[in-house]
Amino acid sequence: MSETQTTYNYKVVRQFAVMTVIWGIVGMLVGVIIAAQLVWPQLISDIVPEFLAPILSYGRLRPLHTNAVIFAFGGCALFATSYYCVQRTSHTRLFSGGLAAFTFWGWQLVILLAAVSLPLGITTGKEYAELEWPIDILITLVWVAYAVVFFGTIAVRKVSHIYVANWFFGAMIIAVAILHLVNSAEVPATWDVLMPRSYSVYAGVQDAMVQWWYGHNAVGFFLTAGFLGMMYYFVPKQAGRPVYSYRLSVVHFWALIFTYMWAGPHHLHYTALPDWTQSLGMLFSLILLAPSWGGMINGIMTLSGAWHKLRDDPILKFLVTSLSFYGMSTFEGPMMSVKTVNALSHYTDWTVGHVHSGALGWVAMVSIGSLYYLIPRLFGRQEMYSVKLISAHFWIATIGVVLYVASMWIAGVYQGLIWRAVNEDGTLAYAFVEGVKFSYPFWQVRLVGGVLFLLGMLLMAYNMFKTIGAGRSEDVPVLAPAHA
Amino acid sequence: MSDFTSEFWNFYVIGIVVLSLLACLILLWSQGSVTYTAGKTTGHAWDEDLEEYNNPMPKWWSLLFYLTVVFSVVYLFFFPGLGKYQGYLNWSSAKYSLGADGTVANQAGSKYQSEVDTVNRKLEPTLNRYLALDIPTLAKDPKAMEMGQRLFQSYCIQCHGSDAKGSKGFPNLTNDDWQWGGEPEQIEATIAGGRTAAMTPHTDMSDETVKDIANYVLSLSGESSDSERIARGEAAFRNSDCLTCHDPGIMTGQPTGVPSGNILMGAPNLTDKVWLYSRNPEVVADTIKNGRNNQMPGWEGFLGKGKVHLLAAYVYSQSHK
Repeated sequence: MSETQTTYNYKVVRQFAVMTVIWGIVGMLVGVIIAAQLVWPQLISDIVPEFLAPILSYGRLRPLHTNAVIFAFGGCALFATSYYCVQRTSHTRLFSGGLAAFTFWGWQLVILLAAVSLPLGITTGKEYAELEWPIDILITLVWVAYAVVFFGTIAVRKVSHIYVANWFFGAMIIAVAILHLVNSAEVPATWDVLMPRSYSVYAGVQDAMVQWWYGHNAVGFFLTAGFLGMMYYFVPKQAGRPVYSYRLSVVHFWALIFTYMWAGPHHLHYTALPDWTQSLGMLFSLILLAPSWGGMINGIMTLSGAWHKLRDDPILKFLVTSLSFYGMSTFEGPMMSVKTVNALSHYTDWTVGHVHSGALGWVAMVSIGSLYYLIPRLFGRQEMYSVKLISAHFWIATIGVVLYVASMWIAGVYQGLIWRAVNEDGTLAYAFVEGVKFSYPFWQVRLVGGVLFLLGMLLMAYNMFKTIGAGRSEDVPVLAPAHA
Repeated sequence: MSDFTSEFWNFYVIGIVVLSLLACLILLWSQGSVTYTAGKTTGHAWDEDLEEYNNPMPKWWSLLFYLTVVFSVVYLFFFPGLGKYQGYLNWSSAKYSLGADGTVANQAGSKYQSEVDTVNRKLEPTLNRYLALDIPTLAKDPKAMEMGQRLFQSYCIQCHGSDAKGSKGFPNLTNDDWQWGGEPEQIEATIAGGRTAAMTPHTDMSDETVKDIANYVLSLSGESSDSERIARGEAAFRNSDCLTCHDPGIMTGQPTGVPSGNILMGAPNLTDKVWLYSRNPEVVADTIKNGRNNQMPGWEGFLGKGKVHLLAAYVYSQSHK
């Protein structure tokens, strides 16, 4: 083979893969800090100088945590796996290395700007879309470049069929672009880019509706469709089995991306949002149950005939457990969107538990499993430095998620019950502080769960750097399509 | 009330909802059957070994999908969802509806109102029983006072404190000093209709005169011993309009010359040791110079006669233990 032999562009995948682990640790560490602040409210203000106290307060760190785990950790995982998957399943080198490099450095800049601006209190106040307009513009540029690289690669693919994982990655890229542009439409109140300030172009309940149309589809596309793409590549690869059903993947794909777009209003039950809108949000959330489960069935059934591999393959354990949490969260979600259930669950820790069974159980675990598959291959190794450590990571992480989710369920249901308990005369039966008192031990359990999950990530980082140290950055040649 | 600026949007919403539900059904139905040989892949292959079987969709899964769509159709018949159609059950979460001409009316089918009505209906016999009792009797009924305390803790403690001892500007309800009268009927009237009191400002007075009057007023309860100021203050007090409100007899034509308060005006007794704002001479001077405005809101419209009666008994009980 000559020097001009085309190789896959692994460089950008390597960069994103390593940063996934690093941002995962950062984001989860911030999560652990704010969980600790709920247990010890004076934690930060007691130990830092006065000027740092507001910067490190719960209200500033919480959006930093959510942005870091969703967009830094989750985002880098999506970039890494989609770039890897799309070139390998298109049997061609990634389209435009320059633009791909721009997406890496651009996305890292977005993350750094978020890490500085959010603690300083520079925020639009829209959940999961807190970043101010100059950063929004940078996100738009990076995302357009991402779309060009991804769809450019699809366009020059050497096989006629587009692999199912790429449908999901593609849907994610298009939908996130629309969501970001529509929800972040804002009018700058000043042109000072260092201290930006802006106002949403929407007002009142319309603003709330647009925000939660965005918010829920950020979950639906960024955190679900994208990670289903990841699942569709790495589960069959690691199991060494064909995908269970092509037909099922077609139906649940179209049903999923169509139905998710309707589900947002369930975040605004019993608010000023008109009743008809709330009903539709609830109904399409219920309809969403089957399409969501389609992905779980396809993933888990892919293992049929390979169940024995689960016994000693910790990567497969991560992937299957993530699918179980995915199935559980996507059952819980539609149930919580039922107005009667929502009347109990809304504003309580149950919601926090639900989000984390999705975020830790599904998103993080499928990413971790995929990265353990990916990292050795990116650095010319057969497997990770230590498979035992992967196994340890799996058990620590699983116990962590279970502690987290179970404690939030208990605290949340109790909060919901006592908040609405009334005496025969219509007065409230409990003071708010009764709920805090009850929740306190469960917040401690949640902290332990979070610490365990973070600990697992630290093991992963150690394992990753050891693997990298023993390997070398090596781009492998592009494979010829099977039937060519 | 309509959320739609024109009929177009009403039909637009109905249209896309119906089409979307149909689309789900058609997608499922059209993909229901599949020709497939077990163990054979679709023939597509990617990246060496990525292949796909083409197993049919699990029956239970398709059924679940169908069921959720059917449930939605049924739900939309009973509940709001299809544009302006409020549903067979005429359900609404709103309390009021807003007409196109801006008029406000009670919302038909209000879930809020029906929940409130349910609680009220259940409570009505109890409250009626309490209403039939006079306040001093009711104040000795432990069960009634339990409910009275809960109501007080819900509606009154924001100003009067959980111990009913008040705070600056908000009267203490546990002593025997009553701005608007401490008879059971007077307490009930205060709670039912609320009270508004004003102390007129005296900005035309010199600061020295104001200080003198403050010292005189404080001396009535033994809080000042500056005899020079007290003497000047008493003269100024009697020359000014103070007794117009603070003399209990002035409105009945029998002035007493003693500022022991007038419950018809809500003018406090100045001869006791109870101070609504403070006994601090500077605060008293500020009250004289700049006046005060204060208000107790009325509760009968919100709580109804029965709960007001119960609250009056509870408040009465706090000073009649």
